[in-house]
Amino acid sequence: MEEQFDVLIIGAGVVGCAVAREMARYQLKTVVLEKEMDVAYGNSGRNTGMLHGGFTYQTNSLKAKCCVEGNQEFDHVARELDVPFRRSGKVVVGFDERDMASLKRYKAQGEANGVRGLEMIDKKRLHELDPSAGGEFAMYSPNSGIMDPIAYTIALAENAAANGAGFFFDECVTGIERIGDHYIVKTKRDVFRTRWVVNCAGLYSGVVSGMLGMDGYVIRGFKGEYIVLDKKAGEFIHMPVYPAPNEKGGFATHAVPTVDGNVLIGPDSYITEDFEDFSVTREHINGLIKDGSKMFHHVRRDYFIRNFAGIRAKRVDPKTGEVLDFVCEAREEAPNTINLVGIESPGLTSALPLARRAVRLMAEKEELTPNLHFNPVRKAAKRFNAMSFQDQDAMIQKDPDYGQVVCRCENVTKAEILAAIHNPLGTCTVMSVKNRTRATMGRCQGGYCEMRIAKMIEKERKLKETEILYNRKGSYMFTGRVRG
Amino acid sequence: MTAEEKDVVIIGGGPAGLGAAVELYRKGIRNILIIEREKNLGGILRQCIHDGFGLNRFHQTLSGPEYAQRFIDQVEELHIPYLTNATVIHISADKTVMVASEKGILQYHARAIILAMGCRERTRGAISIPGTRPSGIYTAGVAQSYINLYNKMVGRKVVVLGSGDIGMIMARRLTLEGAEVKAVFEIQPYPSGLPRNIQQCLKDYDIPLFLNHTVTRIQGDSRLKAVTVAQVDDEMNPIPGTEKEYFCDTLILSVGLIPENELSLSAGVDLDSRTKGAVADENCQTNVEGVFAAGNVLHVHDLVDFVSAESERMADAVAQYIHNDSLEDCGLNIKTDRNIAYTVPQKISGKKDFVLSLRVKRPLKDCRINVTQNEKVKKTIKMRKALPANMIQLPIKKETLDSQTDLEVRVTC
Repeated sequence: MEEQFDVLIIGAGVVGCAVAREMARYQLKTVVLEKEMDVAYGNSGRNTGMLHGGFTYQTNSLKAKCCVEGNQEFDHVARELDVPFRRSGKVVVGFDERDMASLKRYKAQGEANGVRGLEMIDKKRLHELDPSAGGEFAMYSPNSGIMDPIAYTIALAENAAANGAGFFFDECVTGIERIGDHYIVKTKRDVFRTRWVVNCAGLYSGVVSGMLGMDGYVIRGFKGEYIVLDKKAGEFIHMPVYPAPNEKGGFATHAVPTVDGNVLIGPDSYITEDFEDFSVTREHINGLIKDGSKMFHHVRRDYFIRNFAGIRAKRVDPKTGEVLDFVCEAREEAPNTINLVGIESPGLTSALPLARRAVRLMAEKEELTPNLHFNPVRKAAKRFNAMSFQDQDAMIQKDPDYGQVVCRCENVTKAEILAAIHNPLGTCTVMSVKNRTRATMGRCQGGYCEMRIAKMIEKERKLKETEILYNRKGSYMFTGRVRG
Repeated sequence: MTAEEKDVVIIGGGPAGLGAAVELYRKGIRNILIIEREKNLGGILRQCIHDGFGLNRFHQTLSGPEYAQRFIDQVEELHIPYLTNATVIHISADKTVMVASEKGILQYHARAIILAMGCRERTRGAISIPGTRPSGIYTAGVAQSYINLYNKMVGRKVVVLGSGDIGMIMARRLTLEGAEVKAVFEIQPYPSGLPRNIQQCLKDYDIPLFLNHTVTRIQGDSRLKAVTVAQVDDEMNPIPGTEKEYFCDTLILSVGLIPENELSLSAGVDLDSRTKGAVADENCQTNVEGVFAAGNVLHVHDLVDFVSAESERMADAVAQYIHNDSLEDCGLNIKTDRNIAYTVPQKISGKKDFVLSLRVKRPLKDCRINVTQNEKVKKTIKMRKALPANMIQLPIKKETLDSQTDLEVRVTC
C-alpha cells in the first residue's frame, strides 16, 4: 500500500527544497524525492554561489523578475534561515571599447530590470574596491552577494522538514501515471501516490515534463569547470570579479571569493551530452588558469586545493539553440502539476521567488489552508571556527565534544561532526558531513580527518565498514576489514 | 582566561617534539609542555608498522611504533608534562598558545615555542588530476592509517601514482593484504623515494615502476573504475597516443609532502618557498624570536633518525636561548646554485658549528658539493651518486668560517 501525499516534489536541489519550504506554509502533506543520497548533489552544489544582481537578463523575463526579487529579499532570508551570506558587491571588468559598450548595455538593462546602485567605475576606483582585480574599468554592482549554495539548500530543506515535509533519498523517478485524480509516481525502489506533482528535476526537468505528458522541452547541459583556491589566496580578493559579457550575454571565467574565505576560479562553458559527467579535464583547467589570471592576479598552483564541475540546465530552442527563459507553469494537459523547467543561473538567487510562484499557481486551482504552526526560522549548528576563544570555551564547558578538533584545517569539532551525522534530513555520507560542517574542505582535503569521520559514521549509524559511503550509492569507501 | 607561563611549549608529540622535549630536560629546562592533538604520543610513526627505522641512531631496525616508544618511554620516565587530545588552534608572535581540549580553551604563554607539527600529504586537488570524483582515491598516508590503525581495507585492485616512500611502502602493504597492485607511476624521470624502498617494496614483489608516466584521467561515477595513464615529455605534458587504461578500484597518491605551517603563519613566521618550512637559522630559530622549528615541519626528511638528531640540536639552542635570553645574530645567508633544491639552515652566524642539510634537485653522478665562502672551499664532499630522495648532511665547523660573508653551496660535476 503506497503512501498518499498532497504534493510530491521531484528533485532536492535548491529549487525543490525552496518549493518544499514554501508548500510547508500550508496544510499539505509534502514529500521530496531525490535520486542522490543528499540535497544539492547536482548543480545547486556545483556553482559559484552568487546572489546575482539581475542585470544580465532580458527585461520582463522570469529570470530578471525572480532574480531581482530574490536579491532584494536575501538579507532577510539569510537571517531567517541562518545561512552565511555577504552582500559583497561585484565588479564586471572590461579591457577595451567592445567591453565598455557591453557594460553600458547591461547597466541600462539592469536599471530597466529594477537593479539598484549600478555604477560605471574607472581603474582607480576598481583598484580601491579590489586591488587583486584585473581590468581597465568596470561596472560595479553593490548589491550582488556571495553565499554558500549548499548550506542554503540544506537550510531550505531542514526548514521544510521541520515544518512537516518529508525527504526521501536514493529515489530516482522512473515513471509517472495519472490514475483518476491522482498521480502514481514510480521510482527504482518505491511507488508514491500524490495529488500534485512539482517538477524541480533540474537537468532532467525536460525528461520529467515528458513523463507528465508535456513534450518538447529541450534541456542542454552547459558544463563549466572550477578550481578552488586555498584561503591564503582569499586574503587578496574582496569581491567577485567577472569579465564583461560576450555578445550572447554569457560570462567567461571569473574569480569569486566564497563566504568561507576560499576563491573559486571558473566556470568556463561548453556543451555536454552526458548530464552525469562532472569530470574535470586538463585542457579546461589550463584554460581556467589562463583566463582566471586576467581577473585575479593570484592564480597560483600552490593555492590549488580542489577542482569540480557543474552543468547548467539551460532550456534551449530546439531549432535555433537559443537559450530560453525559466518556465514556471501549470498546464491544462497535465492537471495538478507545476512544471519548473530550465532553471539555471540565476536559479540560486531565484529559488524562493520561483517557489512562491509555484505555490501561487497551485492556489489558483485549489484553496490552500495556511499552516498556523509554520515557523520560517531555522537555526544552523554553531561553528566552532567562527567563535571567539571565550565562546569556544563556554561551548566546551557545556559539551566537551566541542574541545575535540577533528578537522584541523577548518577547525571543525567532534560535536559538529556528530550533529551532522544525525542531521534532520536523515542522510549520512562522508560528503553530507562535509557539506554540513566544512570538515575535509581545507587544504589537506581530509588527510587528517576523513578517517575519523568515517569511523564516527560507522559507530553512530551502526554500519558495517562496507556500508560507509563517500557520496553516492555505490561509492563505498572500504572493501572490508584488514583482519578479523 | 589566564595564561599559564611555560619556558617552552612544544607543538606536536611526534619524533621531533619528543626528541626536543627529552633533550631540553637533559639541558635542565623543566618547565616545558608537549601538546599533541591525537590520543597518544608518537605522531605519524604510530601508523608506520614497517621496519627500517633507527638504523642510523640505534644501529638496529625498528618499526615506527617501536622507534617512537623509545622516546615516549623517556618522556614518561622523566615525567615531562604533555597533553594529548589537545589541538593548538592559534599561536601569536608574543608566544601565546591557544589550545582546544575537552577541559576548555587552554592558554599558555611561553618564552620559546617549538614548532614540531610535521607535514601533510599533497592531494589530488593540489595537482589537478583530471577526471571524475569517485571514492577509492586515497593519499598513501591516509590508506596507511586506514589499514594499520583503523583495520579497514581500502581496496582490491590498486594503482599507485608517485614513487614517494609511503607510496612504495603502501604498494607492499596492500600486496601483503591480498590486493593486486598493478603498477607505480612516477611523472619524473627518476624515483622520488629511497633506493632501498624500490628494492624492498617494489622489486621484491614484482610491482612494476614506470618513470615519466602520470595519471591523465580518473573514471567512475561512484567508486573508482579505471585510470588512464600516459607517458609524459620533458615538460611533463602527456604524450598523445601513449594512453593506457588500468582497471582498478583504488588509486594511491604519493605525490609529495608539505610541511604543515598554518600555525607558524599565524605567528608571523616567514616560510621558504622551496622547503615550504620556516626560514631557519643555525639554531633552527625562525624570523620570529623565540619560535623554533625542527623535523618535517621545517623540511621534509628522508629518515626519522635525522629528525631526532635535528630536534636535539635545536633543543640545545633553545636551552641556550632560555638561559641567556638571546642567541647569536645570524646575518649570513646560504646561497645555492641551480643543482641544489634547498638548504637548511638558510641563515648562519659564522660563529657556531652547524649541520648543513640539503637536497639536490635532480640525480647527479660523480659530483662534488662544495660549500664556499669568499670563493674559498670550506667543506667539500665527493658523491658517486646524489639523489633528490636522499637528504645530504654536512657538519660545518665554525673554525673554517668567517662571520662576514655569505656562504654558497655549489655542485661541480
